[in-house]
Amino acid sequence: MWDAFGFEFVNFYLIPGLVLGCIYALGAIGITLTFGILRFANFAHGEIMMSGAYLTYTVMAIVAGAGLSLHPLVAMVPAAFMVILLFLGTDRYFYKPFRKEDTIKVVMASFGMMLIIRSAVQVIWGPNQIAFVPGIAKPNAWLQSFTGDLGAMIIMPNKHLFIFAGTVIIVIALGYLLNRTRIGKAMRAVSDSPDLAHVTGINVDKVINATWIVGGICATAAGVFLVMDTQTLETTMGFRMLLPMFAAAILGGIGKPYGAVFGGLVIGLAEELSAYPWIGDAPLLSPGYKTGVAFAIMVIMLIVRPQGLFKGRSF
Amino acid sequence: MTQPVLSLNNLKAGYGQTEILHDLSIYVNPNEIVAIIGPNGAGKSTAMKSVLGLLNIREGSVVLNGEDITDTPAQKVIEKGISYVPQTNNVFVNLSVQENLEMGAWTRPNGVEARIAEMYELFPDLAEKRNQAAGSLSGGQRQMVAMAKALMVDAKILLLDEPTAGLSPKYRGEIFSTIQKIKNTGVPILIVEQNAKQALGVSDRGYVLVDGANRHTGTGEELANDPEIARMFLGGGH
Ligand SMILES: Nc1ncnc2c1ncn2[C@@H]1O[C@H](COP(=O)(O)OP(=O)(O)OP(=O)(O)O)[C@@H](O)[C@H]1O
Ligand SMILES: [Mg+2]
Repeated sequence: MWDAFGFEFVNFYLIPGLVLGCIYALGAIGITLTFGILRFANFAHGEIMMSGAYLTYTVMAIVAGAGLSLHPLVAMVPAAFMVILLFLGTDRYFYKPFRKEDTIKVVMASFGMMLIIRSAVQVIWGPNQIAFVPGIAKPNAWLQSFTGDLGAMIIMPNKHLFIFAGTVIIVIALGYLLNRTRIGKAMRAVSDSPDLAHVTGINVDKVINATWIVGGICATAAGVFLVMDTQTLETTMGFRMLLPMFAAAILGGIGKPYGAVFGGLVIGLAEELSAYPWIGDAPLLSPGYKTGVAFAIMVIMLIVRPQGLFKGRSF
Repeated sequence: MTQPVLSLNNLKAGYGQTEILHDLSIYVNPNEIVAIIGPNGAGKSTAMKSVLGLLNIREGSVVLNGEDITDTPAQKVIEKGISYVPQTNNVFVNLSVQENLEMGAWTRPNGVEARIAEMYELFPDLAEKRNQAAGSLSGGQRQMVAMAKALMVDAKILLLDEPTAGLSPKYRGEIFSTIQKIKNTGVPILIVEQNAKQALGVSDRGYVLVDGANRHTGTGEELANDPEIARMFLGGGH
């Protein structure tokens, strides 16, 4: 059973699907929080992710220049700081002036930011692909032999283990923040009703800054996990992630961070599993159509249940 | 002469360009319950929002204990001790009762736990619902959460916008008796009400608002017995 079917399915479809799902989930958290609290669809979110990955790469390169090597998960920390500053800066100068205006204006501003950030990254790092980590990632030997002894061999490189662990830690920390801390509860309150938050005396500006900080950390992690997985940096990677991340946020219910996590996992799995040869020997859907899966899920969701699975806000 | 806790003096105010309040004057003295009644669209809610700095004040002033607070932003107004319960959308539906109270205490420097305990004493029904989402409660219980949430600050005055709208007589009676209790703790109250008779019954004074201006004012009793007002708001036969 395992040899005939399970090995291939788990190692080549399920695990990659979950990895991709983790990346989407982290990206979608920021999108859904921004939508819930600031009430707009942030088109620049993918580019912020991408710049987080480039900054992490640069931190690693600088340290490597000094003859040391730094794990991406460590290099990610200073990169996340810079991404947070980028978020706070764009909010201060590009989004905040439109706060009291029609939503479409700030959405267009974010669209402009998307183009500005991508161009800036192309100017600084060049438009070509950069190898993030060279070489082929070898499966974790311990996991391989341990599961092999059990009769269900799992071949999984360390990078995937790091991605899973990192995602779990971030999601748990987010849960703690939103449910146990004062600022996190205020984030939920503003997401619930900005007007009531205002006349309750809640410092809405502070809540908005907290949202960018949380979104910045998650976006950096998502970007870094993506390049850890693909091992290449590309200036278009953020844009490519945008659609599935929005699909994940909508699937989970706009404004619902746990919904975004769930939606991300579903979209990631759906994309990978759609290429599994469910019927006959050929892939059900040619891998070239993977992105279409997220799009289809998003469209169906918007028609059938616009509030999402977790009853978020509808458009 | 006593200084009013809160006064709105000859207000002309509105949303953007439209003027809703044309010439409105209201004051609340210490230890008073003051009612505002009037037809739908008269500008009763707008009058309350003007205190919170939520609209465009063209002329006139809002004064709290002698301090001019005209056009002060909401957060500052609340820090100064005005607590406000909006007419609709007045609880965070996705937050638990307890979390709603914690949010109400945002501008409170300390003693939050003790204050929450006091609120559960004032509204015993809420104590057992503390971990339930406010959105899952009945209309009357929600109104109590909204009031408790507003009272989390050390209020100098409480503004209530139609606290009994749409509630059953049982809850209505409960809310009015709670309002009396709040007054007895020394917090004056300005209340907008549709249930004019009951509101005037508990009020020291009242204002009748029509088209954004005062039409009548008097003690609760005077207004309740005024034949014209009775005809307008209190229903014929009662
Ligand atoms: N946010 C707003 N923007 C523009 N106009 C508004 C706004 N809110 C209320 N108005 C208008 O102001 C007027 C007074 O409304 P207000 O809500 O103060 O009446 P009210 O006396 O509280 O009525 P009700 O008894 O129905 O609550 C109405 O004509 C209303 O259409
Ligand atoms: Mg009203």
